[in-house]
Amino acid sequence: MARKTHVTTTINGEETQFLCEPRNTLLEVLRDDLDLTGSKEGCGNGNCGACSVILNGRVVDSCLVLAVETEGADVQTIEGVATPEGLHPLQQKFLEHAALQCGICTPGFIVAAKALLDREPNPSEERIRLWLAGNLCRCTGYDKIIRAVMDAAETMETA
Amino acid sequence: MADSKDPYLGIEDYKVVGTRPIRHDGMDKVTGAARYGADVNLPGLLHGKTLRSPYAHARIKSIDTSKAEALDGVRAVITNKDLSQSFEDKVTDLGEGTVLPKHLSANVLAKDKVLYEGHAVAAVAATSPNIAEEALTLIEVDYEVLPPVMDVFAAREEGAPLLHDDLTTKSLGEDTDEHSNVASYFQHKYGDVEKGFSESDVVIEREFRTATVHQGYIEPHNCTASWSKDGKLTAWQSSQGPFEVRGQFADLLGIPVADIKVVPQEIGGGFGGKFRVYQEPTAALMSRMTNRPVKMVMSRTEVLKATGPTPGSYIKVKMGATKDGTLLAAAAELVYEAGAYPGSAVGAGAGCIFSPYNIEHTLIDGYDVVVNKPQSSAYRAPGATNAAFASETVIDEICEEIGMDPLEFRLKNSSKEGTRRADGPVFLRIGQEEVVKAAMEHPHYNASLEGPNRGRGVAGGFWFNGGGTSTVVANLNPDGSVTLIEGSADIGGTRTSIAMQFAETLGISAEQVKPQVADTDSIGQTDGTGGSRVTFATGYAGIEAARDMKAQIIERAAKIWEISPDDVVYEDGVVKSKSDSSKSMDFKEFAGAHKRAGGAIVGTGAVTGKSPGNALALMIVDVEVDPDTGKVEILRATLVQDVGKAIHPSYVEGQMQGGVAQGVGWALNEEFYYTEDGVMANASLLDYRMPTALDLPMIECVLVEVPNPGHPYGVRGVGEVPIVPPPAAIANAIYQAVGVRVRDLPMCPGRVLETLWGKGASAQAADD
Repeated sequence: MARKTHVTTTINGEETQFLCEPRNTLLEVLRDDLDLTGSKEGCGNGNCGACSVILNGRVVDSCLVLAVETEGADVQTIEGVATPEGLHPLQQKFLEHAALQCGICTPGFIVAAKALLDREPNPSEERIRLWLAGNLCRCTGYDKIIRAVMDAAETMETA
Repeated sequence: MADSKDPYLGIEDYKVVGTRPIRHDGMDKVTGAARYGADVNLPGLLHGKTLRSPYAHARIKSIDTSKAEALDGVRAVITNKDLSQSFEDKVTDLGEGTVLPKHLSANVLAKDKVLYEGHAVAAVAATSPNIAEEALTLIEVDYEVLPPVMDVFAAREEGAPLLHDDLTTKSLGEDTDEHSNVASYFQHKYGDVEKGFSESDVVIEREFRTATVHQGYIEPHNCTASWSKDGKLTAWQSSQGPFEVRGQFADLLGIPVADIKVVPQEIGGGFGGKFRVYQEPTAALMSRMTNRPVKMVMSRTEVLKATGPTPGSYIKVKMGATKDGTLLAAAAELVYEAGAYPGSAVGAGAGCIFSPYNIEHTLIDGYDVVVNKPQSSAYRAPGATNAAFASETVIDEICEEIGMDPLEFRLKNSSKEGTRRADGPVFLRIGQEEVVKAAMEHPHYNASLEGPNRGRGVAGGFWFNGGGTSTVVANLNPDGSVTLIEGSADIGGTRTSIAMQFAETLGISAEQVKPQVADTDSIGQTDGTGGSRVTFATGYAGIEAARDMKAQIIERAAKIWEISPDDVVYEDGVVKSKSDSSKSMDFKEFAGAHKRAGGAIVGTGAVTGKSPGNALALMIVDVEVDPDTGKVEILRATLVQDVGKAIHPSYVEGQMQGGVAQGVGWALNEEFYYTEDGVMANASLLDYRMPTALDLPMIECVLVEVPNPGHPYGVRGVGEVPIVPPPAAIANAIYQAVGVRVRDLPMCPGRVLETLWGKGASAQAADD
C-alpha cells in the first residue's frame, strides 16, 4: 500500500484534514473517509456529473480530481449548499417542480446549477441546458430540472 | 369493484388525489442526506471486486487464484465452485421475468464457459478496494477461446457455435430435443392473415433491426452483505425488488428465506434492470468466508458490459388495409436477443405489437435466441419499443399509400373495451380512442411546421401494466400523524403517491402521512417496483390499510363514547355520532384520545392487484435533419397518454418525460458497439451516449384520464409506455423531413446519412 499523504483543505467552510493515497480521488475521500456521501459516483471518469463539487469557485467532477491536489483548496459539496436557515432556492425549486425521481443525480445537478447561478444570475434556457450538459439524468428528461433552475434564478433575482 | 361504465367512478371531489404535494423523501434527496446502496458503511467492512472475462465466448480450462490469495490484505477469493452446484427444478422470479437458477448462478460466476465479454469469473474481498483490484490481476485464468455469435442471424445459422451444450429448442411449448441457440419459438394466431392480405388494397411488408441498448441508470449496482455466525444473512442494496432479491439469495445459496433480510436502500434508477442479482451472492458468500461484511460496487464499465441490456432484435412486419383505412390483417416475426441465457422480452413484445388496434386477422411468431452478450433484462415496457418501431412505421407507410391522416387511421382502427388482443386477452376499459382524439386536437398537431428538412411524425404505443402483490401497514400516532410502512422500493416518488391515496381515503392531508420503505423482515410480501405497478397495487394496499384503519376508528370511537358502532360514521377526517352532534372528533383529536379505550390502531392492506388497466400513449414529434451530417434534432415533442387517474400529476408528467427521453436516446444514439471479437467498444457514458439536457427540448405532456375500473381511484400504471412511441414517431418524422425511411436503430447521423445517400442497410435497399 502506498504511503499516505496529509492534506489540509476547506470543505463547506470548515478546515478539514485527511490522509489519502496518491491515487485516491477527491470523490473517494469525500465519500469513504469524510462520510460526505451526498456526492455520488455514477461513472468514475467525468462523464455523468453525479460527483460535481465546487473547487475554488469552479464546478468540477470530483472523480477526476486527485485528493492530494486539494491541499489549501476551497471545496463546496452538496452538504454545504443548504444553510442552517434553510434550503438554497435551487433545492426548494427542485422540490416544488418535482425535478427529481430517483434522486441519484440530484446533488450533482444542484451543485452544478449553483455554480452557474453564482456567476450568471439570469441565464437563458439554452445556457442552462449547455451548462448542465455534463450532468446526466436518466429519469426526468431534464424538463423539470431546467424549469426548476430557471425558477430558482428568478426567485434569487427578485429576493 | 367499481362500475366500469362510470367514467369517473362516482368521485368528483378529490381532496388529495390530483394535487402536487412535495414528496416526503425530497428533503433528503436535495441535500445529499439520502442513503443509497453505495453509501452503506459498516465496521470491519471488506471490499469486493470481480474479475471479468475479456472474451465473448470461451471455455474456462483452469483458474489459479493462489497468487491473489497470498496478497497482503486479501481475505477471500471465490469462483463458481464455491456456489451451490445443485438447484431445484424450478424457476426463479425476477419481478419482470423469470430465470432458471442454474443460469442465474452461472451468470453470477461463470461455471465452465464465459458467454460474454464481462462475464464474472472470480471475485476477491480485501481490506481496501485498491488491494482487491490488485488481487484481480494476480488471478490466472486459462481460456480456450471460441468464436462468438453476436446477433440473431449468426446465432441461427446452420453450424453456428452453440452457447449451451444443454439447450434444446422449445417450439410451441414442446421440447424438440434439437440443440440450437434458439431457446424457444411461439406463435399467436387469430383469423386467417392470408385471407386478410388478399382482401386488402394495400399490403406493406418491411424488415427492421434494433440495437442492444442499456437502461442507463446513473447508479451502478451495489450490495453490502453480512453473514453472521448464526447463519443469518443481511444485505443492504439498491434494487427494484427486495423480495425478489431475497428469493434469489434463497435459490442460489440454498438457505431459507427466514435467514435472509434484505434492507432496501435508496435506489438510483432501475428501469427494469435492477431485479436480477449479479454480485450479491458473491458478496454474501465472501462475508460467510471471512466473517466480515463485504461491499461490492460495480464500475460503470462493469454496468455496461455485464448488466442490463435490452434485447437487440430483428423484426419483420406485414400489414394490410383497405382503401377506406380498415386495418384487415397484420403479421409479425419477432426475433429477440436473449443474451447469454434464455429469457428475452420477445413474449412481451409479441403481446404489445398490434394491441392498440382492432385487427381481424393476426399472426405473430416469436423467437428467443441466445447470443454472446450479457443476459438481457427488462427495460421499461420490455420488448414493446422494438416492436412498435416496426409496426408503427409500417402503419405510417400504409397511411401514405391510401392518403389518410395517420391519426384518423389510428382512430378508425382503435382498440376499445371488448376488443380482443392478438395475444388473446380482451380489453377492459382503455383510453386509446381518447388518446388519439386528444392528439388530433392538440395545438402541436395542428401547428404549422415550416423550413427545409423538417418533418412531423406520430406513433403510438401499448404496455400491459402489472398488478401483483403489495402490503402496507399504517400505524396511528398520538399526534394525528400516520407512519405508513410499505415494501415497494421508491424509484420515482411512490412513497408520496401511496401516501396520497391513503390520505385521500381517510380525509387527512398527505403531509400527515410519513411513508417509509421497510426491509423484508418488517413488511409483508411486496412484489418489486416494475411493470408500472406500484402506484396502482401498493397504492391500492394503502387504500385498504386506510379502510381498515377507518373501521377501527369507528369501533374505537363507539367504545370511547359508549355507544353502538352502528351510530358512528367517519366522514372527511371526522368521526362522529349520527344521533348526537356533541360526539365528534377530528382525526387528530381521535388520535390523541384513542389509547383511552384500547391499544394501538394499526391498519393493514394486503392486496393482489388483478386488473391494472392497460396503458396507451401517442407521441407527436417535430424533427430537423441536417442533410450534411445526418444529425437529427428534436424540435418539439408531445406525449399524449391515458394515465388513468393521475394521483400526483407532476410525477406522472415526470414518468412521461423520462420515458420519452429514453426513447429518444434509443432512437437516435444508443447502441452497444461490438468489435468483431464480441468486445464492447463503447463501455463508458461518453461513448455510450445517452441524451443530455442539450439534446432535448421541453417535453409537453397531455394527461388523458380514463379511470381504470380495477382500482378504487381509477389508477393505471404510467411509467413504462412513454418509452414505446418515440423511435417510430421520430422515424416517421425523419421521413416527412427528408423522404427516407430508416428501419434500423439507432438512427444515428451515419445511418441517416447513408440512408440519404441511398446506400443504407439492406432493409432500405429492399424497396429501392
